Amino acid sequence: MATTEHHSYDVIIIGAGGAGLRAAIEAKERGLKVALVCKSLLGKAHTVMAEGGVAAAMGNVYEEDNWKVHFRDTMRGGKMLNNWRMAQLHAQESPDRVLELEAWGALFDRTKDGKILQRDFGGHRYARLAHVGDRTGLELIRTLQQKAVSMDIDVFMECKILRLLRDDNGRIAGAVGYWRPTGEFITFAAKAVILASGGVGKSWKYTSNSWEGTGDGHAMALWAGAELIDMECVQFHPTGMVWPLSVRGILVTEGVRGDGGVLRNSEGKRFMFDYVADMFRAETAESEEEADKWYDDHTAGRRPPELLPRDEVARSINAEVKAGRGSPHGGVFLDIATRRSAEFIRRRLPSMYHQFMELAGVDITTTPMEVGPTLHYIMGGVRVDADTAATGIPGLFAAGEVAGGMHGSNRLGGNSLSDLIVFGRRAGMGAADFIEGASGEPTFSQAEVDAVIAEALEPFSRESGENPYDIQHDLQELMQANVGIIRTGAEIDEALEQLEVMKDRAANVAVKGGRIYNPAWNLATDLGAMLTVSTCVALGATHRKESRGGHTRDDFPKADPELGKVNMVLSQPQGTGVRGAVKVDPQPIPEMPEELKALFEEAK
Amino acid sequence: MADVTMRLWRGDQDGGELVDYTIEAQEGEVVLDVIHRLQATQIPDLACRWNCKAGKCGSCSAEINGMPRLMCMTRMDQLPEGPVTVTPMRTFPIIRDLVTDVSFNFEQAKRVPAFNPGTVPADGFRMQQADVERGQEFRKCIECFMCQNVCHVIRDHEENKPKYAGPRFFIRYAELEMHPMDTNDRRELVREKMGLGLCNITKCCTEVCPEHIKITDNAIIPLKERVVDAHYDPVAWLGRKISGRKKRTADEAAAHRP
Ligand SMILES: Cc1cc2nc3c(=O)[nH]c(=O)nc-3n(C[C@H](O)[C@H](O)[C@H](O)COP(=O)(O)OP(=O)(O)OC[C@H]3O[C@@H](n4cnc5c(N)ncnc54)[C@H](O)[C@@H]3O)c2cc1C
Repeated sequence: MATTEHHSYDVIIIGAGGAGLRAAIEAKERGLKVALVCKSLLGKAHTVMAEGGVAAAMGNVYEEDNWKVHFRDTMRGGKMLNNWRMAQLHAQESPDRVLELEAWGALFDRTKDGKILQRDFGGHRYARLAHVGDRTGLELIRTLQQKAVSMDIDVFMECKILRLLRDDNGRIAGAVGYWRPTGEFITFAAKAVILASGGVGKSWKYTSNSWEGTGDGHAMALWAGAELIDMECVQFHPTGMVWPLSVRGILVTEGVRGDGGVLRNSEGKRFMFDYVADMFRAETAESEEEADKWYDDHTAGRRPPELLPRDEVARSINAEVKAGRGSPHGGVFLDIATRRSAEFIRRRLPSMYHQFMELAGVDITTTPMEVGPTLHYIMGGVRVDADTAATGIPGLFAAGEVAGGMHGSNRLGGNSLSDLIVFGRRAGMGAADFIEGASGEPTFSQAEVDAVIAEALEPFSRESGENPYDIQHDLQELMQANVGIIRTGAEIDEALEQLEVMKDRAANVAVKGGRIYNPAWNLATDLGAMLTVSTCVALGATHRKESRGGHTRDDFPKADPELGKVNMVLSQPQGTGVRGAVKVDPQPIPEMPEELKALFEEAK
Repeated sequence: MADVTMRLWRGDQDGGELVDYTIEAQEGEVVLDVIHRLQATQIPDLACRWNCKAGKCGSCSAEINGMPRLMCMTRMDQLPEGPVTVTPMRTFPIIRDLVTDVSFNFEQAKRVPAFNPGTVPADGFRMQQADVERGQEFRKCIECFMCQNVCHVIRDHEENKPKYAGPRFFIRYAELEMHPMDTNDRRELVREKMGLGLCNITKCCTEVCPEHIKITDNAIIPLKERVVDAHYDPVAWLGRKISGRKKRTADEAAAHRP
């Protein structure tokens, strides 16, 4: 086997979105030698695409807000499946993390008295999202990136990790990957590894995610022997673009609704009033008049139903379209044009204005947008300890979208960016503490590395074989149709069968051309993770015979209180890879302490 | 719909050529969509960068019919009839096909002395919207590096690269310079080490900015004015006196750390 480039670090961080960057900063501050690895250029991770804001109960707009209210909103939004401790830490620490960004150079929009301005979003009781127009993710990633660069953290850009490596005692020992610009392989030895690899959206046809969202971190953790939880809980964001077809799935921020936009069907009706679930009835407006008063003063009326949590809104849009009341291209109308001035829209939602103007030829200050659900986020992920972000594998940590638990079965808007900075930091601390407490340097086996490299190169050696793009295409069609927003047992089982066929096909993929920046080869190396993650989502979905948050079963339309007490825990024997048999084991969710339970009683 | 011809630059460090590919047009597509369909059906190994596909990440910069554009924001139906030529950004070394080596920019980023507010109040800064807006304009930058690509100082003069930060970083220096809470003074640094004086204000950068940042008028020209103040005028710029910032040499500014 050709010699590979090799590096030794205290910590390697896989992923340079908000979570990875924040983890890197923390680990570096603790004096560790840190490598940050990412598939794209630095600053291009999904985090850059986030629009609406970062949720933190700072109370700058509504003094009544505090961490307890945020905690309660988060848990209720997640239909109580959340890891309570993560939700608590998140609500308590996010205000400090946002202020820290400001101290590192972020420039958030301001209130009249010069504090950070906060905006309304679905499921949040008070205006809570710190933001910069509708480009908050850009501000967050750039601030963290500039901070990390100023700390001389080593960054390996356009470097894709293929597999995690463990030593004989089971401790994490490093990782192996390749450089996209050269096609050369690279190994890292590390005392700790932090996964911050983001989400999985690319396995569905309509998604807000980029090519990076292939679930590599989820899959690599599972293959290495870590557990995943609640993978069936994926979020369909209610408002993606639906036309032109080529942009279908691109996100339209919830900020449009937070700033006064409403959803209408083909009859012009604000249909969300017909879809208010019992759980939210007490706090939701009953009439348009009441809802409209709320925007200016949250004490004058109750919340508009357009701002219910995302799972509720996405299902309602789906139902309207099915009932034949959709827009011409199969969505519904999102109307801010008749409700706010052109000047207001352009100031508050500049990138939405731009996006619709350039891509759809629609002026959102005069014309309603056509929108429909798009796969956006995965709540499920690697099972971690709330305080330290540690996984079950010694030395392996996970934070951000790749980690599970924080958001239960449905995530509230704005709670991801805050999750990244709260748990990114905690993962950095967790890794540093682990290294201080551990002795010796773990080593991995070169034979294992060689096997990974040989497997990665196989597609070049096949004269004929499957086109990786065809497999990706078929996978996306399958997941969209069979494990989409509304699911049934029969369709999911069918998907599970089809996935096995696709695994055979993926084992026979052929790639032409060289190794230098070859996207077909890159995709060929993505397929394993995409298939593993899709299998996990489908398996979780067959076992969760209820409807909860982002997981909706047509054949089990109600929430089952018993299933609400368990995580679907997925695991497979270490080293079995994409063909490994995944085991599903429902296990009790951590029990909330009495003083936190009381918060839900008070609110009733 | 009718067919379109895409005239794509194919090649690597050792050279390359324009190659024509024909594919059926589809309604509403942008250039990047057509590139993706070509990858999936005809040229699986065609190298190109992209991420968000919505003009937010600045990955898919290229020269379309000779004009620097984001491929994801360029509608096919708004280009003139005939073949659509797509070539890589010219100022940076080729990796392969449409992908260039943009590491020059990441090296320049390392040279920027970080934001340094001194002591920070526990409950955050008080800043007015009007005061943050100037910096916010520059922070809209998505780092597509098209301004760097068109800047004559480096596009036609490779030898200038080591001593020239380029428009992308001039807006970064301007942003820090205008930040109400920053305590560093990078004016001498920008003049002496970052080559601000080499810019001759042709505004090419402003013209190509997909975020419509007024790079020349709002960043470079004000920066040049302040630099002149710092260099020749013993009486420091008035605002600086108010904010209490100390005047610093290039080396002092580079060494000033939070
Ligand atoms: C369009 C859009 C809008 C959004 N708006 C909001 C919002 O307003 N508020 C909010 O809270 N959330 C929002 N979200 C969600 C939020 O942006 C994401 O959940 C979050 O940014 C994920 O951050 P992360 O750090 O976990 O991972 P990401 O930002 O996805 O980064 C993942 C990183 O891992 C790297 N990586 C992955 N696999 C590998 C590998 N094998 N080897 C090496 N590197 C790898 C990638 O290159 C990348 O650097 C939005 C998401 C989208 C797509």
